[in-house]
Amino acid sequence: MITKRIIACLDCHAGRVVKGVQFVDIIDAGDPAALAARHAREGADEIVLLDITATHEGRQTLLDTVRRTARELFVPFCVGGGIRTADDAAQVFEAGADKVSVNSAALADPTLIDAIGRSFGAQAVVVAIDARRDPQAADPVRDAQVFVQGGRRPAGRCVVEWAREAEDRGAGEILLTSMNSDGMRTGFDCELTAAVSEAVGIPVIASGGAGTVAHFVDVFGRGKADAALAASIFHFGVSSARDLKLQLSTAGVSVRLPC
Amino acid sequence: MVVYAELILHFSLHLSFERAAPMRVTVIDYKAGNLTSVLKTLRHLGAEPIVTDGDLALVESAERIVLPGVGHFAATERLDATGLTSAIRAAIARGVPFLGICVGMQWLYAGSSEAPSQPGLEHFADSCARFSESQEKVPHVGWNSLEIRASSRLLAGVEPGEHVYFTHSYKAPVTADTAAVTHYIEPFAAAVERGNVMGVQFHPEKSSATGLKILGNFLKWEGAE
Repeated sequence: MITKRIIACLDCHAGRVVKGVQFVDIIDAGDPAALAARHAREGADEIVLLDITATHEGRQTLLDTVRRTARELFVPFCVGGGIRTADDAAQVFEAGADKVSVNSAALADPTLIDAIGRSFGAQAVVVAIDARRDPQAADPVRDAQVFVQGGRRPAGRCVVEWAREAEDRGAGEILLTSMNSDGMRTGFDCELTAAVSEAVGIPVIASGGAGTVAHFVDVFGRGKADAALAASIFHFGVSSARDLKLQLSTAGVSVRLPC
Repeated sequence: MVVYAELILHFSLHLSFERAAPMRVTVIDYKAGNLTSVLKTLRHLGAEPIVTDGDLALVESAERIVLPGVGHFAATERLDATGLTSAIRAAIARGVPFLGICVGMQWLYAGSSEAPSQPGLEHFADSCARFSESQEKVPHVGWNSLEIRASSRLLAGVEPGEHVYFTHSYKAPVTADTAAVTHYIEPFAAAVERGNVMGVQFHPEKSSATGLKILGNFLKWEGAE
């Protein structure tokens, strides 16, 4: 039976793992290679490394970080942040990533999704969507908006419609982050996750808001997520992926155990 | 001080390689996706991967062959165009242990509905097809379990219920040569094995300790029985 994936996310800035609350107030949380290895050892099904403040000067730092992190990592490894061209993606793959996640650049030029998929296969392309809902909107879920540049600017696209286009262009997975929930530890946005998951035929990874085991049970059930991403819940020893999965298993969620 | 320690480490690694030559594995590059993970994992297991995208001599002298693969079945056309198909066929006939991964496994069959005009090696008679239409998502992405046939050498030591990582939309049917079955939408061949020819639909290089054990079995395997 296919299991629900628990993905450990490392937000990186200048070669260090950091964690923000609602995309700001960044604090240092350690070395990416060491943390990735620890998460994999402690049962994470996959590692995502997001370069949250990718700049041109930072590219080499990122590639070095990816190379160092990938060296002893034998679970799927996805890298995102600042990937603007198929060439950028090729460098990240060469450094040891199995998948790349594209966000702002894919919105600016959606053919980037096609281009990376053609060269590296759809399974290697994750389209990351930063979503913000306006509680005042007529239909807060259907009207949820895509934001770009680390959540700083609206892209003028509806989340569900953009997810569909990404799939049509050959994305292998959608990584959906709720900006309203990010870093709050108050639970995933299950309604929005379910809306996206039902709209596309590819796996959806839910992100933003993990705080308790019940939040994961909820997003795998009501939220129809295929995988869930967690960062802050792990970094400070709150829990390990294994602890989380043991508790999820008890709650009836199918997960990879032993791990 | 650190530099000195690294020099000693480097020197001792060098000596250990001189004592026992690492196992050479010819890895076929047909420009379908990314080889880095497979190469890294083979090196981690003590093997020395040698990559070829068309040097037939490297296939002719191969001790072991790995055909990785992510992406589209149509990419295997390059194996025909470069003469690698014939060279691999001859190597398999000589008894060289062969492992196909993902599309590399599917290529061992007669073909795939993903690229109907592109023939496979036809080492196994059946063809690969897309998962049937259902409520479930395609591609099948994630960790799934294996039902292992007792006779499998490739999967020796893998316990029931151990999980491996899959990412694919096409799959091979369950037949007498199937070494492990996985269930997603329908039962399909997660691994195939006959004589010196083996294939895995999942990615052992991404399947944690279970995957390392399986690749290790392939590297340790002495030859056809």
